[in-house]
Amino acid sequence: MSLKINALTKSLWVFHAACSPCNNCDIEILDVLTPRFDAERFGIVLVGSVRHADVLLVTGVPNMKTKDTIKALHAQAPKPCLVVAVGGCACGRVMFRDSYNSPCDLDEIIPVDAYIPGCPPKPEAILAGVIKLINKVKGKE
Amino acid sequence: MSHKIVVPIGPYHPLQEEPEYFRLYTEGENVVDIDIVLGYVHRGIEKLSESKHFDQVPYLVERICGICSNSHPFAYVNAVEDLAKIEVPERALYIRTIIAELERLHSHLLWIGLAGHFIGYNTVWMWAWRYREPVLDMFEMITGNRQHYAMMKVGGVRRDILETDVPLLKKTLDELAPAADMFKGAVMDDPVIHARLKGIGVLTKEQVIEWCVVGPTARASGVDIDVRRDDPYGVYDKIDWNVIVQKEGDVFAKAVVRILEMYESISIIRQCVDKMPKGEIDANVKDVPAGEGIGHVEAPRGECFHYVRSDGTNRPVRHKIRAPSYVNVASNKVACVGGTISDAAITLAAVDPCYCCTERTAVIDRQTDKKILNGWDLVRLSQEKTQRLKK
Repeated sequence: MSLKINALTKSLWVFHAACSPCNNCDIEILDVLTPRFDAERFGIVLVGSVRHADVLLVTGVPNMKTKDTIKALHAQAPKPCLVVAVGGCACGRVMFRDSYNSPCDLDEIIPVDAYIPGCPPKPEAILAGVIKLINKVKGKE
Repeated sequence: MSHKIVVPIGPYHPLQEEPEYFRLYTEGENVVDIDIVLGYVHRGIEKLSESKHFDQVPYLVERICGICSNSHPFAYVNAVEDLAKIEVPERALYIRTIIAELERLHSHLLWIGLAGHFIGYNTVWMWAWRYREPVLDMFEMITGNRQHYAMMKVGGVRRDILETDVPLLKKTLDELAPAADMFKGAVMDDPVIHARLKGIGVLTKEQVIEWCVVGPTARASGVDIDVRRDDPYGVYDKIDWNVIVQKEGDVFAKAVVRILEMYESISIIRQCVDKMPKGEIDANVKDVPAGEGIGHVEAPRGECFHYVRSDGTNRPVRHKIRAPSYVNVASNKVACVGGTISDAAITLAAVDPCYCCTERTAVIDRQTDKKILNGWDLVRLSQEKTQRLKK
């Protein structure tokens, strides 16, 4: 394992970007960080700026206004930056597929490394998804 | 006017989870003006609603907002029941009220936590969210999901509260009351929080009325409005409870209103569980006749209003939604001005904004101030998209 990947997966700093969600996935992401689930024991910390982040957690369907901002946000992140689509909307737009204000899927805008489906995914599912992502980056199955 | 500096907040910033954009015009430390730019969370729900039939719409409106995910379906079913003159079984009304009050509990705990986080008091955040978990467990036990409860249905509720669930529900409420006491002590007696929140972001009674502010934000400024008492729905008229009103109008008063409302919620749920009659939970509605109906509920953030028009088919012809945050967020224009930049963070958050509920969209040319996209253009966009999908 290279030093870079070892350093990346040791303690993931996440930045949480909401495309146009219903807020629930965002709350569950914050819930993962609070005492019951306590993701900080795995070194996962929420950071205030995307320039400090290793992982971009994206929720919600991209709409006309956020599809450009999310692309700009991804461009600002230091690489390698892992992208996780949290929730059904970010994974595949579910029922907002028919909306006039939902032009494309998230993975048509930025590359996505992991999908966590659910409406909203439970905190356990989010943790499991992040741990699977770490193993994938390390090359383990 | 001397030299003004613009401090941009957003659209992606550590303060709030949702994308929104504030432009603070400042002179030195003081905020002299503020622009609020919304529209990042617009998903076209009113238009989508016209393509769903009456039983599917609660699923859709639930996803307007994750925190009020019971209030919107509740207002919608009230509107359809008003339209079709449906008698709802009494047990269903009690279950609806219990779910609505559990939601208020979890929403207020969430706000107290986030407010602590915004003033840099992360201990309050962690505490509040730790005590919020048992409420979510109750939701999971009763409805099967931690959020998005899917309980509302035109004519009743989808699931019953089982007899075996009641003891655990009561036990959780008993354990939550001391937690509320702790928050009351931690917030109302803490000199640091007093120093940080008192006299900040004041909305006077006149301003509240002028800006049409609703919910706890209005009640903190001495305006005694509450849909639950003024136009009772559910079983609020059969239950003994009080409307909490404070006079000061600052952020501290808003926090106090929310903490005291938690006690009322706990008391309402206890009374509902005790008084709940046995019987049917669903009126088995077959058709919705032509006509129009309105429904409103007191969401944790204020009055949430739905209007539904039907032409006798199985889909609404028009579904209009007025969410509480939309009017409350605008009041930041007066609440923030005059304060300092460091206070702006908590003042902006004090109305418990929920932008997901809120979003409207209009595309405007800044040179000419003309609307490029109006309502009819959005309808056209929607039709074009349907044509594309059909291919």
